[in-house]
Amino acid sequence: MTIEAPDAFSKGRTPTFEESARESLANAQLRRNIGKATQAIRTRRAQAVEELPDWEELRQAGYDLKTRVMRHLDEYLLQLEESVHKAGGHVHWVRDATEANRIIADIAKNHEAKEVVKVKSIATDEIKLNEFLEEEGIKAVETDLAEFIIQLAGEISSHILVPAIHKNRAEIRELFIKKLGAEDLSDEPSDLTNAARLYLREKFLQAKVGISGANFAVAETGTVCVVESEGNGRMCTTLPPVLVMLMGIEKIIPTWQDFEVFMQLLPRSSTAERMNPYTSFWTGVSEGDGPKEFHLVLMDNGRTEILADDIGRQTLNCIRCSACLNVCPVYERTGGHAYNSVYPGPIGAILTPQLVGIGRPGTDSLPYASSLCGACYDVCPVKINIPEVLIHLRGRVVRHRQDGGGLKGKLDPENVAMRTMARTFSDRRLYEAAQKAARISQWPLARSGAIHRLPGKLAGWTEARDLKPIPEQTFREWWKSRNGS
Amino acid sequence: MVEVEKRFVTSAREEILQRIRRATYDVPKEERPEDVPVECGYRKKDDAPREEMIEHFAENVTEYEATVRRVSEAGLKEAITQTCQERDIRRLVVPPGVPEGWLPDSVEALRDDTGTLLTNQELDESDGVLTGCALGIAQTGTIVLDAGEGQGRRALTLLPDYHLCVVREEQIVGLVPQAFAWLADAVKREGRAVTFISGPSATSDIELDRVEGVHGPRTLEVIIAG
Amino acid sequence: MQFSFNTSAQPTLKKPPGAGPPLQVWSQYISYHCAVRTALFITCINDTLFPETGRATVELLERLGIGVDFPLEQTCCGQMHFNTGYQREAIPLVRRFVEVFKEYEAIVSPSGSCAGMVREVYPMAAELANDKRLAAEVEEVTPKVFELAEFLVKKLGVTDVGAYYPHWVTYHPTCHSLRMLEVGDAPLKLLRAVRGIDFVELPEAEQCCGFGGTFAVKNADTSIAMLSDKLGHILETEAEVCTAGDNSCLMHIGGGLRRQRVGVRTVHLAQILASTEERRKL
Repeated sequence: MTIEAPDAFSKGRTPTFEESARESLANAQLRRNIGKATQAIRTRRAQAVEELPDWEELRQAGYDLKTRVMRHLDEYLLQLEESVHKAGGHVHWVRDATEANRIIADIAKNHEAKEVVKVKSIATDEIKLNEFLEEEGIKAVETDLAEFIIQLAGEISSHILVPAIHKNRAEIRELFIKKLGAEDLSDEPSDLTNAARLYLREKFLQAKVGISGANFAVAETGTVCVVESEGNGRMCTTLPPVLVMLMGIEKIIPTWQDFEVFMQLLPRSSTAERMNPYTSFWTGVSEGDGPKEFHLVLMDNGRTEILADDIGRQTLNCIRCSACLNVCPVYERTGGHAYNSVYPGPIGAILTPQLVGIGRPGTDSLPYASSLCGACYDVCPVKINIPEVLIHLRGRVVRHRQDGGGLKGKLDPENVAMRTMARTFSDRRLYEAAQKAARISQWPLARSGAIHRLPGKLAGWTEARDLKPIPEQTFREWWKSRNGS
Repeated sequence: MVEVEKRFVTSAREEILQRIRRATYDVPKEERPEDVPVECGYRKKDDAPREEMIEHFAENVTEYEATVRRVSEAGLKEAITQTCQERDIRRLVVPPGVPEGWLPDSVEALRDDTGTLLTNQELDESDGVLTGCALGIAQTGTIVLDAGEGQGRRALTLLPDYHLCVVREEQIVGLVPQAFAWLADAVKREGRAVTFISGPSATSDIELDRVEGVHGPRTLEVIIAG
Repeated sequence: MQFSFNTSAQPTLKKPPGAGPPLQVWSQYISYHCAVRTALFITCINDTLFPETGRATVELLERLGIGVDFPLEQTCCGQMHFNTGYQREAIPLVRRFVEVFKEYEAIVSPSGSCAGMVREVYPMAAELANDKRLAAEVEEVTPKVFELAEFLVKKLGVTDVGAYYPHWVTYHPTCHSLRMLEVGDAPLKLLRAVRGIDFVELPEAEQCCGFGGTFAVKNADTSIAMLSDKLGHILETEAEVCTAGDNSCLMHIGGGLRRQRVGVRTVHLAQILASTEERRKL
């Protein structure tokens, strides 16, 4: 059974965050799993970062380097293209998901591949590569354990780093028994892992084409990099004779030496390790070692739109570490599915609406999926000011509705209320009159010193919270009486 | 070069470049990438004494659940022999450049030579692989392979289930930036593939419970020789 | 840098009893007392819903010898509008704030989030308005804005304000005080110096309470889920009072506590600091 998961990158209407969050919040198992996992990794990350006396300097350098890249992205892409050519690789440029899917499918077909092995890559999830390949008669096998699990379950990822964080061991055991025909399987993670190892080893050895995303690509040398833990990345990028790598155009770093910054920032932020188990760096093709053919696909798919927004631009600094997810109090309660996107959490709340464009109710709700507590900004290894971008995007959403929404947009109750209040606050006499009016009009609501139920849109407040009534005397009235004016 | 470039000129390429130039309208024309300041206030070099650094490396490798032992250069063969016996290793993959003197008499060496490369099947069915390395990073407990002498191509250290790696004391550097500086030549001049290995492969995908050994060698052993 | 003021102090200048403060602190104090024009930026929420916090702030500052002015033209900083996306609507409020407060040399507010709005978000608003003059005025006024605890500890160098508050108290560091203004442990220093207080640390203190302005209404379900955990931690401390530097978060936390009838009160930090033995006798 395949669950049709709503996704902002699919056609059709995606639900709003509020709608999806309500469902997730009611799922006790999900909340327990995610709560436990995020708390554990949060603590470990803090320890790993604590170890480095120069963490803040590294963050600053990471931010500076990414800023440099974004301001001169055209030059860096051209330099990367040249370096990869020199090293014997092929470079393809694609404007959008359709072009990206097409070219990857064509490469697979050219090598008569019926099956391809994949390293976990959110960029390929973004373009729905697996579905596209399936339509073309090519099966994409996910090889990251978590991606493998959710592929078997027909679900979508709920976390950037640990996509199956919402599933527990018992669920995974049942899934393996059903889908892999595994017998005598306990629910011990080591047994479950071993079952996957045996199944996937065959796939690696047979595959003609491997597909991977990119963590970084060096403009200076053409070197690309995959950071991972399990070894499936090494398998996919070493064993098949043909390797295709899909990368967003923002993944560039200027020079080889710049890895000294990012390879310190990423592992500690991501898995809270000093270094992740395996990192592969390769440059084009090497004689007698690894793939004979290497294709690098450079994808825009909405990224240049983000680049054009001078506040939103910093979103492209993201190195997909997922530290912001693990500290986010909203994510911790709702989990990733509520974001209806392959990019969940705080980074998803700013990345998704920018990638698909403002003006769609589902994704327009994402910048509001935050209490603006700022914990994400504190941990971001490349200093993306996520709260700032959230606020900025909220502004874009509202302006889009006001300017393009016609009469309906103007008569929207929130819009009317906000504009009325803004006018009231702009004039001291109106403001003071409103204070008095509110005090008088609240009496039907205030009972025994508290308001238990508010009407209309504000009812959400009193679902679990009382409201203090407006007292007899405002502060300014007291001030005026004290100073006799 | 020219020919290659011509082949890959596509309208998508031109359009993306144009979009970028439009998007970065705020960047002054005369600004060069190097004009964007990058503050490099972080540590570039570890000034700790050599012995401390080696100890630190050993500690950090151990923390990844890899076995570490320290021996003198002269005791290397004995240590390797002992390890292989303990692990019941009989068929050991040996990349070109591994000194003959390291090889235990008790094992069959499966040599991966230019003329006769081992097949993936043979690698898969071996008991393990013995390699040297390019360098070790003390700060992170990382072993770096750069496909150079005594390390071989990447598949050799990937398919066997056991990896025994010899690190010479003088190959250990303190901090991550030192490692990238050291590797620059191999990458820039020769375009060699580089692999960072920090402990055996691992996953925490099921309930964040760490399981050692997913796809790479499930066991990593390190011998520090000096 | 701790020293105590005469707790019965009139707003007159008296050298504190006991060992005197370091000279530079003392001179800072004098300069504030004599010369600096200090304004109270009360915020619309406090003005309308929590006048007792405003009164406490005035009493506290005056007790420390700082004369405060309250410019009556002030209304709202525009935070709710700006953060909800009604940013064009907020710009007149930004102009108004700058106009009302630009004459003052220090602007003190008993609200971390409103002070944060002015200090950290006003520059973005000025940019949106595309108004260079406004941007310049914002640049001039924002460094003079202080959250109350920050003003006392970092600007005046005072930690013991001579308060007396014989209750079990826990403290919730609100997100904007903590992460936007980086007030650090200033509020804790002040609380620990209060006489009679039994201070209890709040577990997971730095976790957001779930208020977040209109977030509390737009994403009420998530907001309440966050609040529930915060209330759980507050109850764990067995404190009778939960305090913070921001009444908007306290309104949310207090509303939850009251609905549950658990008998824990929320009290703004300013009110605890204003409380003295003499005052309690009245």
